[in-house]
Amino acid sequence: MPMAAEDIETMIRAAIPDAHVEITDLAGDGDHYAARVVSETFRGLPRVRQHQRVYEALGGRMGGVLHALQLTTACP
Amino acid sequence: MTDDARSRIDSTVKGNDVVLFMKGTPLFPQCGFSSRAVAILEHLGVEYASVDVLQDQGIRQGIKEYSDWPTIPQLYVKGEFIGGSDIMMEMYESGELSQLLEDQGVATAH
Repeated sequence: MPMAAEDIETMIRAAIPDAHVEITDLAGDGDHYAARVVSETFRGLPRVRQHQRVYEALGGRMGGVLHALQLTTACP
Repeated sequence: MTDDARSRIDSTVKGNDVVLFMKGTPLFPQCGFSSRAVAILEHLGVEYASVDVLQDQGIRQGIKEYSDWPTIPQLYVKGEFIGGSDIMMEMYESGELSQLLEDQGVATAH
């Protein structure tokens, strides 16, 4: 079962409230997304930790129902 | 993960300067993300070992727990987890990846 873009955004913002989230549906099939997540809380964290925080927000869906999510993280 | 999977992952990660856990092989990657990771390493001209997780269910599951990282590919340099294909691409584009390899004493062609 693919995930809707809004659900991805909602889950990320629930866990990282200040996050600015941009989701792009890469293939138009509701299954291949790119997400850019910008949050002040990423400051000072290595990239791996920044990505892990987003994956945690998605509660185990990454690598499962969410196969293809290209992720970019940044500080404002 | 089983103790067997953990010890095999551990010895692979620690026994190779650069190792990529991927779906498929460098010649025949079975996933776009793995293919991208291979392309980056080839561009850098670095020697690397690769592990096809599709050939081994224990490692396929175990590697996700090993670095608390839910997806494949995964790149390790000198025993350290560096990231998945998105982080590799970002670091490649910014020049950080070749710098990291150089700092770690791993030879690249560029």
